[in-house]
Amino acid sequence: MGVVEGEARPPWHRESLGELWRRQPDWEKRLIKTGIVLAVVLGLGFSGQLQRSGQFWAIVIVVIAVFNWRSILKLFWWALDAVGVKDAKARWAKQSPLMQRAIPPVAIALPVIFLTWAAGTPPSPALLVLLAVCYVLYVLPSNARKYALPVTVLALAITYPLYLDKLFQVPVFKVFPSMDTMVAIALFSMMAIGLNMVVGYAGLLDLGYVAFYAIGAYTAAWLASPHFSQYGIDFDLGATGVPQGIGGIHISIWLVILIAAALTALGGILIGLPTLRLRGDYLAIVTLGFGEIVAQVARNGDSGGLGFNLTNGPPGINPIDPPGFGSHLNFIIQQGQYVNFVDLIYWSALALLLITIFCSIRLRDSRLGRAWIAIREDETAAAAMGIPLMRTKTWAYAGGAFFGGAAGAWYGTYKQGVFPDDFFFNISIFILCMVILGGMGNVWGVIAGAAFLTYLDREGLANISGWINDNITNCDPTAADPSRPISGGCFNGPLLSFGIYGAIIVLVMLLRPGGLIPERRRLLEVETGVHDQPLYDVQSAGAHEIVDETLPEDV
Amino acid sequence: MQEPLLVVQGLRKEFGGLVAVDDVDFIVPRHSIQSLIGPNGAGKTTFFNMITGVYKPTDGTVVFDGEDLTGKPPHAMTERGIGRTFQNIRLFQQMTALENVLVGMHSRLKGKALGSIFGTPRVRREEKEARDRGRELLEFCSLRGVEDVYARNLSYGDQRRLEVARALATQPKLLLLDEPTAGMNPQETLEFTSFVAKLRDEEKLTILLIEHDMKVIMGVSEQITVLDYGKRIAHGAPKEIQSDPRVIEAYLGTGAAATA
Repeated sequence: MGVVEGEARPPWHRESLGELWRRQPDWEKRLIKTGIVLAVVLGLGFSGQLQRSGQFWAIVIVVIAVFNWRSILKLFWWALDAVGVKDAKARWAKQSPLMQRAIPPVAIALPVIFLTWAAGTPPSPALLVLLAVCYVLYVLPSNARKYALPVTVLALAITYPLYLDKLFQVPVFKVFPSMDTMVAIALFSMMAIGLNMVVGYAGLLDLGYVAFYAIGAYTAAWLASPHFSQYGIDFDLGATGVPQGIGGIHISIWLVILIAAALTALGGILIGLPTLRLRGDYLAIVTLGFGEIVAQVARNGDSGGLGFNLTNGPPGINPIDPPGFGSHLNFIIQQGQYVNFVDLIYWSALALLLITIFCSIRLRDSRLGRAWIAIREDETAAAAMGIPLMRTKTWAYAGGAFFGGAAGAWYGTYKQGVFPDDFFFNISIFILCMVILGGMGNVWGVIAGAAFLTYLDREGLANISGWINDNITNCDPTAADPSRPISGGCFNGPLLSFGIYGAIIVLVMLLRPGGLIPERRRLLEVETGVHDQPLYDVQSAGAHEIVDETLPEDV
Repeated sequence: MQEPLLVVQGLRKEFGGLVAVDDVDFIVPRHSIQSLIGPNGAGKTTFFNMITGVYKPTDGTVVFDGEDLTGKPPHAMTERGIGRTFQNIRLFQQMTALENVLVGMHSRLKGKALGSIFGTPRVRREEKEARDRGRELLEFCSLRGVEDVYARNLSYGDQRRLEVARALATQPKLLLLDEPTAGMNPQETLEFTSFVAKLRDEEKLTILLIEHDMKVIMGVSEQITVLDYGKRIAHGAPKEIQSDPRVIEAYLGTGAAATA
């Protein structure tokens, strides 16, 4: 964009540095060019001694870059030209678009970082990570950019244990979630994704999902604990870190997860076969009943109730074998060096979650997933298109149960015990809330919902009420009654948890009816509503009139 | 002469005390276009719903392609080769046109859950072929450039066409069309009529039509069956039906029949 003679300029045109530069005579340009390169080189060289100069140059470059990045680019070409690189610009133009996109930010950022560093202020790791993330998002070509956010989140999630203790405090929410909470988030995400297959994809309301969670957890308890030693059973298969001679069944947790998931899927099919003939509200009520049945069996399935000690009744089964990571790694963990037990658990849970996400998305986009959505939209039409309703719905149940069972088994071994009180109705509703809050049908939304609600449940509510008590209310901890939500001027959030979740759900439904991250289809559904249509078109009156008009003419 | 594609004998449906379809016999020869007409409430759609398995017949048999399919569930009927459209459009509104057609192909595809999860080459190939075939099918039904449009956003005529495309995707031998031209303008109706004829001639389909538009019926069908109050009152070529006093009576009342 040269300043062409006679070219009309609006009065408010601000002459850019480039235009200013172009007005200068040649000799002056060359002089300044050399001067700038010299200054940069000298700045680099002396910034160790001259503490401020590095920062100064950094600021200069950033300011110029912000106001006119083209001039920085020019500066760069000049610099290359001045140091003897020929045809740099022409060669640059031949580079692939990706490289052309990827290199400039590095060329800008690296000197800035280096100069500030040389000037005595080492960049903070958090800032570098942030820059790197921004950079990756910027560099990716548009077709890959849709993966950018998941990959970024994944990278942050995987490295979470490494930087957790270096993180700052957020104002109201205080500290970031602990590793313990993160494990719970990963597992509840798994369960929510499993439930999403049933509720979100196939549109079958399931109020008893906790049953699958329980079956998975109890399977882990049976297959990896001393529980059955009371019946003289002693079986060992691949378990590491289990003391010798304590009896019971001890199968490697990794196998147990698979077995538990498969068993739970079978349970899903068994529950599904009689119930899935029902539609809508009726199905919901029956699943509710099944959820309660499983919970009650867990609570009463001891020698007194069942004649055979299946679940050990109210105290639950305890201990369950901790997960083994191979004898070598287990030894390292016991030494307490290099790696924490909870970090490993977290990474394993993350791996399980990733597998779940992968399967869930693949299934959604498959023939089966299409059939689920078709059933959700219109059962009659779906059946007429050759979709076997019962079989397809049962698959949704089995799929959802599979992941619920795997999550349950993993949670059991992480907590090293199962307790019947963990499997009551409210957990079903809690998981359903995650699905609804996040956005039914959308895997990412469901994960967001699960992460948010689990965090609130574990830490968030306590942290927030702590902040309220410190800053807003006049709280006297000594006068507070810990069993009451509000006492002694103190607010005890966790006691009101389900009320608060309810309020959140109501709010989200009012403001974002499709959930936090809605699925596109669902959004349409929520906006327009889906009705069970009658088989007959009762509204299309007028058909008879056409007959009246046409028949006599022809007769 | 080949054996007929569909043989219905003594088909009967009672809803409580109401007899919606009363011992109807019906034969559909191969590669023909048959029509079913009758005043509103005559039991035409109920008859359709029994052939397609939505309702279980109270009595009677449905023999399709030599196999007794009486009382089989809808998906089994579709698998055997009975495709249908609905009187009131029942597309999957929140799915795109192409997805609708892909759902129609459900019973012709084999991809299983595990294969889809692991993305086996066979499943991927099948999926790609299905998509290609779906696009061809949309093209065939004069639906161009709408494959990624949600069904609810299609125009009324396109929705009707998509219903037919979806039914064709089930690869039917017998296609049941329930008032396919309802709400179409005369031009669209004309196009549709020739399309139906094309289906029979080029795709070798057998078509059973419920229709109120007499121009369509008389123009395209080889034989017409008339239902009234669930009973078959007439059967024959269009010319015969037009002059059949019982048909005129059913539509216009006894007086009209006398003056005709």
